[in-house]
Amino acid sequence: MTDQTAKAAPADIPRAKVDFLPLLLPVVLAIGALLLIGSPTTWLTLTLSALAMGMMIFVIASGMTLVFGLMDVINFGHGAFIAIGAYLAMTVLAPLSGWMSTDSLAMNLSALALAAVVATLGTGALGMLFERVIIRPVYGQHLKQILITMGGLIVAEQALHAVFGGDQKAMPLPTGLRGAIVMGDIALEKYRLLVVIVGLVVFVGMQMVLNRTRIGLLIRAGVENSEMVEALGYRIRRLFIGVFVVGSGLAGLGGTLWALYRETLTAGIANDVMVLVFIVVIIGGLGSVGGCFLGAVLVALLANYSAFLVPKFALVSTVLLMVLVLLWRPQGLYPVAKR
Amino acid sequence: MLRALLSDDLPRNRFLSAVLLLILFGLATAPFLVSGASAINTAAKILIFILLVASYDILLGYTGIVSFAHTMFFGIGGYGVGLAMHFMGPTWGAAGLGAALALVFGVTLAALIGLLSLRVKAIFFAMITLAVATVFAVLVSQLSDYTGGEDGRSFRVPEVLRPTYKVLAEPLFGTPVTGRIVAYYLVFVAVLALFLATLRMVNSPFGRVLQAIRENEYRAEALGYRVVKYRTIATCLSAGLAVLAGALYALWLRYTGPDTTLSFNIMLNILLMVVIGGMGTLYGAVIGGTLFILAENYLQKLLGVAATQVEGIPLIGHILHPDRWLLILGVLFVLSVYFFPTGIVGKLRQSAKA
Repeated sequence: MTDQTAKAAPADIPRAKVDFLPLLLPVVLAIGALLLIGSPTTWLTLTLSALAMGMMIFVIASGMTLVFGLMDVINFGHGAFIAIGAYLAMTVLAPLSGWMSTDSLAMNLSALALAAVVATLGTGALGMLFERVIIRPVYGQHLKQILITMGGLIVAEQALHAVFGGDQKAMPLPTGLRGAIVMGDIALEKYRLLVVIVGLVVFVGMQMVLNRTRIGLLIRAGVENSEMVEALGYRIRRLFIGVFVVGSGLAGLGGTLWALYRETLTAGIANDVMVLVFIVVIIGGLGSVGGCFLGAVLVALLANYSAFLVPKFALVSTVLLMVLVLLWRPQGLYPVAKR
Repeated sequence: MLRALLSDDLPRNRFLSAVLLLILFGLATAPFLVSGASAINTAAKILIFILLVASYDILLGYTGIVSFAHTMFFGIGGYGVGLAMHFMGPTWGAAGLGAALALVFGVTLAALIGLLSLRVKAIFFAMITLAVATVFAVLVSQLSDYTGGEDGRSFRVPEVLRPTYKVLAEPLFGTPVTGRIVAYYLVFVAVLALFLATLRMVNSPFGRVLQAIRENEYRAEALGYRVVKYRTIATCLSAGLAVLAGALYALWLRYTGPDTTLSFNIMLNILLMVVIGGMGTLYGAVIGGTLFILAENYLQKLLGVAATQVEGIPLIGHILHPDRWLLILGVLFVLSVYFFPTGIVGKLRQSAKA
């Protein structure tokens, strides 16, 4: 898998010098972990589950990093969209329990797909409102952005409490996706496989849109120099809003994946994952989708390996990674905008 | 005399002065003014949060740094005193040693974080501190052999501070004078002294440099001030004060644990208190802290009354549920960032000028 990312990333960024050095990090990490763990089958199971976790983090973090890259807005309220997406998915899945509990995988998947689509569209629409009400007045003022999006997060979390109640909700996986596929000694949870597929689709989709379409060209140009793009006569504000909506939608999708992964749901669901998301976004370089992907894979690999080797220091190890990366490259692995 | 005590930074508004005097009077006489354990607890909490919020204001208001790791330092203070007393017994020596070690550890950690990340933008720093603080909280709950995990640590305090210790044989103004009252005044005097020292600090030339950095980092740099150095010192000072606040809080509660010192909710509360009270004015910390703790304690009761009135109506009933008081404060927070970016104190001062 790590080899595949190493091959895929350079091919997707044409006509630009690709910095290969950071791509070696996950490979080195994986080989190092193999030596420490010893058993190849355990290592493979850990690596695969780490990749699934990495994909979930990527889906959540990609929207945030894109919003920062283009709009120079860091959305501390991103976690609210994760939680709202998860609650929307739960609301959709509740009446579909028939579809969820049959043995037919097609029915299971279509229920999940429906929930994911509603969650994505719903949070996307909410993102539009959020941009209008919360963020638009504070463009270009970082301090206020942090404060106001934090305020938005508090309000959203409390509102979720008020609407859905504060207790923990169950969010079971459909029958067809429970359990694991066992090949020899390697156990591979079915749901994680699905998550890997979704994550890769999102990543490839984003890279295609960013690199092969006119909109993508404008977005990339806007990240480089938004005034210039505006001067050329493009309405970058609309692009801003579009990107914000997509970013929020991706958070909703990521929230759905995350809630199903944990199989429980509370209004504070985003709090644990947001730390990882922040670390990933910082490691990758704010605004860089490729860096975000690499960062998510790195953080997930490290977290899973260290959870196996020294359980108590799983989270500490990811922060250490962040510190080391920042010492090496203060702007993250793939710095984008020179702000 | 008063001018010297307040470092020439007077409230500059008659109404504000009156409110501040009222708060000072209330806090100074709280144990005798209102009887009952809950009132004195609230007063002590207000005092400690005034110090904590003031220390955060050095960062946010005076230097323009957004840190989410402030509760980490609060926690370090709490655990320093708490664990020292837990393992070494209820002596003053243990408390002093714990506080001193916590202070050294906290300030060192702040210096490291500062040096590592203050070169980066505000947004970066906010995210990095959030990550570090979360990891610290997780680590504390996982190292339960020492810290007591989620349960925290209860401990005994020196005899003079215990409720069973009688200072005067007869009650004073109808209130029995016990060790609890000694403890309260210990907190009161410490907070008052540290607050005045902080006021002195932000009104010194050093404090002016911090404000210059807040207003225009490049210009300050161009004037020859080493911005990173000043920011790191501000981070360390603020961390040190937070450590002391944590130590006092542990001493008052006779308990230390994640919920009272480290939880992210406390971080949010500090942020709300600073912004609503008024950033960059230490008096804002007094107003914000007092209002907020009072609201926390009494708004919930008020909401409880309101909720019973509208019980039949579905969503309104949920919104007015006592546990949802934070929702109302959150909306208030967003509104105040928009419309009163200078907070209550800034607004009052503006109206005085006009």
